[in-house]
Amino acid sequence: MITLSGVHKTFGPNAVLRGVDLTIDRGTSMVVIGGSGTGKSVLLKSILGLVTPDKGVIALDGQDVRKAEREAFLARFGMLFQGGALFDSLKVWENVAFRLMRGPLARPKDEARETAIEKLRRVGLKPAVADLVPAELSGGMQKRVGLARAIAAEPEIIFFDEPTTGLDPIMSGVINELIREIVVEMGATAMTITHDMSSVRAIADNVAMLHGGVIQWTGPVAEMDAAKDPYLQQFIHGRSDGPIESVR
Amino acid sequence: MAQVMAPITAALAALGRPVLASLAALGRMTIYGAQTLCHILRPPFYAREFASALLNVGWLSLPVVGLTAIFTGGALALQIYAGGQRFSAEAVVPQIVAIGMVRELGPVLVGLMIAARVTSSIAAEIATMKVTEQLDALVTLSTNPMKYLTVPRVLAGFLCVPALVGIGDIIGIMGGFLVATGQLGFNPASYIKNTVDFLQTADVVSSLIKGAVFGFIATLIGCYYGMNSGRGAQGVGGATKGAVASASILILAANFILTSVLFGS
Repeated sequence: MITLSGVHKTFGPNAVLRGVDLTIDRGTSMVVIGGSGTGKSVLLKSILGLVTPDKGVIALDGQDVRKAEREAFLARFGMLFQGGALFDSLKVWENVAFRLMRGPLARPKDEARETAIEKLRRVGLKPAVADLVPAELSGGMQKRVGLARAIAAEPEIIFFDEPTTGLDPIMSGVINELIREIVVEMGATAMTITHDMSSVRAIADNVAMLHGGVIQWTGPVAEMDAAKDPYLQQFIHGRSDGPIESVR
Repeated sequence: MAQVMAPITAALAALGRPVLASLAALGRMTIYGAQTLCHILRPPFYAREFASALLNVGWLSLPVVGLTAIFTGGALALQIYAGGQRFSAEAVVPQIVAIGMVRELGPVLVGLMIAARVTSSIAAEIATMKVTEQLDALVTLSTNPMKYLTVPRVLAGFLCVPALVGIGDIIGIMGGFLVATGQLGFNPASYIKNTVDFLQTADVVSSLIKGAVFGFIATLIGCYYGMNSGRGAQGVGGATKGAVASASILILAANFILTSVLFGS
């Protein structure tokens, strides 16, 4: 279980997070929604320790993440980055097997390559892709490779940062389906940040809306449409009129 | 009185701010350098990244170093010959070319060429990795970016640049030799003999020491600026520009300090 209590983060004069409280239960899929620039990525990166919160506590299974042994802590996570964040200098299979060739999870090269190809197959990519470099792939394929990398070491917690941004609707649907299948199959805890409502409906067990630096609404995805929160309703229906200012 | 002092204070403050900012930046670079040195000694070591850095810093820099050195050596021979004629000392061309190349021009020019070619590419590469979240990805994959990116490059710079300086020295002397023997009428055998007889071990050692220090500076500064770049294309451009400028200045400053230490007495 991941618990965030009173998390604050400020960048210069810009207070991005102003006391975020959120709980993500083990084995569930939480999707955090919110407009661009509301701090969704900062929230996600704060949990991983890529951004240090100014105030507040982030705990994983009751333990403050700042006190956790870094390598063991990170070994529990997999992450799909918005742009894929694949390493340009490495081949596709080396990207996927990155964690399997270094550190405590290191295994022989052939075995790591086999696992990488198996994960590529799992995300719908042919083994021939394995020996290409990321620059030779389309955006959708790069996302899939990123997804394969995120699940390669079979982590217990997987984060997805804007998994469908920049993809066409069909590819978005494919990625959403893959994420759902993988999370269910692996029994993983998932946290996704997105502003794509079709992703929310496809992936989420629970939804949290981040607005004004705090969690504005949180609840099961099934209750989202019936919720009375005007911020949430404006956001999920994509209306320009409402409490959320369209010009920021 | 306060009214009189106000503009003077403001002017001094305006002058002081960039000085303080530069000193702060130098301090951060020094800390970064110390952290890098600590990481060099501690595992894990990334052999493949180190080999790739050796190739990029060393082998791929050879053409630019060679061309720079040969033209500089040739120009130096012409200048010394022309200058020497003023007091009938044309015969010292081999000795002055040798000492000029080995003690000063070889290391400095190679250092500056490395700053232009390697520092810029390291800064741009790492800054792009930062902008595209590849550095964050490294962290989430339990890999320390300093160990994976900085250490192999800095170690490669520290080891390769002295070799490049040595090669640059030889090619520079050969440039002088070609001009002196082909254009200025020097005897090839006596030119080589004069060069070899005049050079001392200390000259060569100082050249290699300078190369190691310049290699360390050039690669470290590239990594530092890359890791601390701003956002977007402008951030990458700024990091590259800043890295080359800082590395060049620091190399020239280090050259002065090293020359003072090695030959000051």
